[in-house]
Amino acid sequence: MYDFNYHRAESVADAAEKIKAAEDGKLVAGGMTLIPTLKQRLASPSDLVDLSGVGDLAGISVDGNTVTIGAMTTHGAVAASDDVKQAIPALAALADNIGDAQVRHRGTIGGSIANNDPAADYPAGCIALGATIVTNTRELSAEDFFVGMFETALEEDEVITAVRFPVAKRAAYMKFPNPASRYALVGVFVAETDGGVRVAVTGAGQDGVFRVAEMETALSGNFTADAIEGISVPDDDLNTDIHASAEYRAHLITVMAKRAVAAAG
Amino acid sequence: MSYTVSMTVNGKAVSGDVEGRTLLVQFLREHLRLTGTHVGCDTSQCGACCVHVNGTSIKSCTMLAVQADGVEVTTIEGLANGDELHPMQAAFRENHGLQCGFCTPGMVMSAIDLVQENPEPSEKEIREWLEGNLCRCTGYHNIVKSIEAGAKAMRGG
Amino acid sequence: MTATGIGAAVKRVEDFRFLTGQGNYTDDIDRPNQTYAWILRSPHAHAKITSLDIGAAESAPGVVAVFTGKDMEAEGVGSLPCGWQVNNKDDSPMAEPAHPPLVIDRVRHVGDQVAVVIAETRDEARQAAEMIVVDYELLPVVMDMAAAIEGGPQVHDDVANNLCYDWHIGDKDATDAAFADAAHVASIDIVNNRLIPNAMEPRAAIGDYDTATGDHTLYTTSQNPHVIRLLMGAFVLNIPEHKLRVVAPDVGGGFGSKIYHYAEEAIVTWAAGKIRRPIKWTAERSESFMSDCHGRDHVTKAELAMDADGKFLALRVGTLANMGAYLSTFAPCVPTYLYATLLAGVYTTPQVYCEVKAVFTNTVPVDAYRGAGRPEASFLLERIVDRAARETGLSQVEIRQRNFIPADAFPYQTPVALQYDSGDYGSTLDQAVTTAEIDGFEARKAEAAKRGKLRGIGYSTYIEACGIAPSAVVGSLGARAGLFESAEVRVHPTGSVTVFTGSHSHGQGHETTFSQLISDTLGIPMESVEIVHGDTGKVAFGMGTYGSRSLAVGGEAIMRATNRIIDKATKIAAHIMEAPEADIEFKDGKFTVAGTDKEMAFGEIALAAYVPHNFPHETLEPGLDETAFYDPANFTYPGGCHICEVEVDPETGVVEVVSFSAVDDVGRVVNPMIVEGQVHGGVAQGIGQALLEGCRYDENGQLVTGSYMDYTLPRAGDLPSFNVGTHATLCAHNSLGVKGCGEVGAIGSPPAVINAVVDALWDLGVKDMSMPATPEKVWQAIQNAQ
Repeated sequence: MYDFNYHRAESVADAAEKIKAAEDGKLVAGGMTLIPTLKQRLASPSDLVDLSGVGDLAGISVDGNTVTIGAMTTHGAVAASDDVKQAIPALAALADNIGDAQVRHRGTIGGSIANNDPAADYPAGCIALGATIVTNTRELSAEDFFVGMFETALEEDEVITAVRFPVAKRAAYMKFPNPASRYALVGVFVAETDGGVRVAVTGAGQDGVFRVAEMETALSGNFTADAIEGISVPDDDLNTDIHASAEYRAHLITVMAKRAVAAAG
Repeated sequence: MSYTVSMTVNGKAVSGDVEGRTLLVQFLREHLRLTGTHVGCDTSQCGACCVHVNGTSIKSCTMLAVQADGVEVTTIEGLANGDELHPMQAAFRENHGLQCGFCTPGMVMSAIDLVQENPEPSEKEIREWLEGNLCRCTGYHNIVKSIEAGAKAMRGG
Repeated sequence: MTATGIGAAVKRVEDFRFLTGQGNYTDDIDRPNQTYAWILRSPHAHAKITSLDIGAAESAPGVVAVFTGKDMEAEGVGSLPCGWQVNNKDDSPMAEPAHPPLVIDRVRHVGDQVAVVIAETRDEARQAAEMIVVDYELLPVVMDMAAAIEGGPQVHDDVANNLCYDWHIGDKDATDAAFADAAHVASIDIVNNRLIPNAMEPRAAIGDYDTATGDHTLYTTSQNPHVIRLLMGAFVLNIPEHKLRVVAPDVGGGFGSKIYHYAEEAIVTWAAGKIRRPIKWTAERSESFMSDCHGRDHVTKAELAMDADGKFLALRVGTLANMGAYLSTFAPCVPTYLYATLLAGVYTTPQVYCEVKAVFTNTVPVDAYRGAGRPEASFLLERIVDRAARETGLSQVEIRQRNFIPADAFPYQTPVALQYDSGDYGSTLDQAVTTAEIDGFEARKAEAAKRGKLRGIGYSTYIEACGIAPSAVVGSLGARAGLFESAEVRVHPTGSVTVFTGSHSHGQGHETTFSQLISDTLGIPMESVEIVHGDTGKVAFGMGTYGSRSLAVGGEAIMRATNRIIDKATKIAAHIMEAPEADIEFKDGKFTVAGTDKEMAFGEIALAAYVPHNFPHETLEPGLDETAFYDPANFTYPGGCHICEVEVDPETGVVEVVSFSAVDDVGRVVNPMIVEGQVHGGVAQGIGQALLEGCRYDENGQLVTGSYMDYTLPRAGDLPSFNVGTHATLCAHNSLGVKGCGEVGAIGSPPAVINAVVDALWDLGVKDMSMPATPEKVWQAIQNAQ
């Protein structure tokens, strides 16, 4: 690892200030992706600004039809939250299946979505549920937030403070893990909210998470696995790697989507 | 740049000067000479470096020492009471849950945390929990048995 | 049987230190005034180094020294030696290209060692290594073995067509004649997938030099410190044994990958002498992937000739075996004497002919990995037998029973050099069939079908040769070393015992098993026994641990030394109790005089041995300390039957191992708990090979599976619990009757798993499945068949 200056932010404003002042600063939340990246010497930030001391960034609240999860809330806390389990059980289940137990103890929702790994789980949940990403300066829809592979709409000194999820009528997430890394080879989040039915796919797309409009339309009229039986995503824009070809990923998207629909009930 | 960190490790207050990039596992192994915590990979997957920070298991290869300022750390060296093994350690011995011993400290720390979260885990739950702990010797069979027995012992028999 | 004797499931004595974090692995050791090494490795698979500028690195902060291959060459440092010579069909020796610890002017695989930076800290060494400027002129890369031997780019200029050797065994004419008369021929193409061993402890080495005495010490993660001392001292660094100590302390798993003499050991030992300070090198896991020897990597075509009754007449095999870019220590023997000699398997096949071409490619060297040659042989045989059963309509059990070597046929001479000493393959299969509850399979299959799963069952009845080995035999086969083992049993004056063994434990539990031998034989408590291993400064000599040899060879050496202790103690007892030696009996730790009530405890004799006030010194020396060197008469031949059941999800191609039963004949079992653990571990690695693990390079020679992000190491959730049992026939040529248990799991299991997958898919039209049977591969096979 290359060395860097370390700062512990006192508040969101302090974090934004410190990151702005740094030559090439990086925010660190749980560090579950950033620290391995630094260890591999794939990044060499001048400064690290640690958000872990900003107490009010962690926590879960339910207000009517909205679940708000603080950016520094760990996956483990989301998975264990009775509020989340009751309001959006699919989201708790998604969190409970991210990485391993130790990753879930440190990794956070804010860190995960800020990184926008194309094989991460949360982006699918955020898109399918129609989440709102709240930062220190604005609120964005999940679709505006996730721009492309490892790319988000975040400005350099912008700090995610929370993610707001509408309670779903029904939802489920099905992940087909990469056998080695356990990231999603294909993950499909299917949700029906007041905003309608959405199907979001992670792990498969060359530009990260995406929606499958054809499945959404089919499910809107008939929320059953049969309704999407014949619908497949063209494999042109899907990833190919040693673990799965684009063709196989395309096939898995349909299989996982059907299983998610069946699980959502 | 150098930073002074202080924390409680296995009940003892310790402090030391580290760089920003110093990992918690380096601080434990190289500064404190607590070499029971091992490093088996560089991609945060093998779990040989598992320790408890403020009571829950984390990978000490994926936490900076500066991030651990002010926390309480328990390592494998902090479990036994003299010659008296922690029930989970004893269960690993009783059930041949270790061979070369390299993954063992991380396995034991992870297993204790599992039982804290889930006092009566099923075989399936144990196997799922161990996603972050790799072992190349045992085929996991006896590790699973050890954790079942250790959980029972931790529940009080 | 006593509570700690032979046959007892004694809890391991080594566990306390491992469970309390007090193991002492190489990276746990710090030497005073220690520096750290970072090896600069090649990012290219094949390139000429046109210039190498270390100037900036030398003056970087904290840097103590930077060395290149030319520095080592200038000081006369030799090539890493190969310990086994295989000859070509025409009896000419194999090609043996140079393998310098640091390259001179050409890199031949990604990860090849280019330079070493030594600095005050690890980070400084690594940082400085980035400042070394290397100009590479890229050379064409050869990855495919078939292309390599047909005029592909040359890995070594002095090795034509990249052919290390072209070897064969068996009677070709008789085999061909048998094929001509066959009623049926089954044939199969097999790729035995390349594996990366991945012991959980990454390799490490510390070189230390004592300026006062000129003594070198190397601490290293080795399975055989004496072998490293011999190879490195005599062939690479020219340091005589009495000035070189090699210590292999606690070692975190080996599986073969820590047998070999690696460049880093020579580099830190040599460089420590240069800078006169200790140097520590510890591999990062990503370095392990590209510098630990890989395993397997065979491409094979096999044919089995049968008569009309399904009796095997002949087996004809052609294999390409990947050596990687250089010859590792024991690489040449793996696809020859550890592979082709096993191709008779447990069957009476009268003719076997096998030819093997060993090939250089621009990949990491390949050498023995758990099983080494024997998993390749058993996979080939058990796949082709499975195929033969399906083609002839015989059941998997029936075709095997018809062809087994009968239990009364031992010793049994195979057509491929080996003579099996004992076995009972039919009974072993019967026991496995019972253990696996075969009767219920059809019902289980029907139940799985209701859940949309395809259930299949696979058999494997394998044999292996281990306990390597008779020096005379391996010598005639090209080994440049003997393969005996040494043991010293030192009885202290108060009756406690220290055993010095040349075997090395890196997970096998020798400290327990060997103590059981002593406790059982001398009738003293386990706590009175200490096992010392892994230090050439303490143990006289040793050949180390691999090839499941520790108990059959090392344990037998301990037994011989212990019997010498009893002989000597008997003389002392006879002298003290004033009785003829012939009247002295030793039992349960007591010496008695037949027909009298005179007796002395073992401890009393021990004390007398060191207080020899009235010994007749002409005929009875003081002391009680005996050494034995044991060289076995034959290999040992464990065998067994593995039965696997899988369920395939046809929608996704995911294969789940739902049941795995193993009945192994490992000879006499000293500690059943440890034996079961060894089998579990071996089976897990075998299931890993069958379903999960596969080293992949791209066409440019880049290692694609270079970390756990891409190389699938089996996790707990990938595996079931196992049903394991033993069915012992005793080894006929060692006193313990032991055979070996370290590798059986990895040898027997892969074909059982793949046969089960094929069984699940056969009715869909899937006839074959290569390893690893990944979900996409299985799904694709189903698509192609439909």
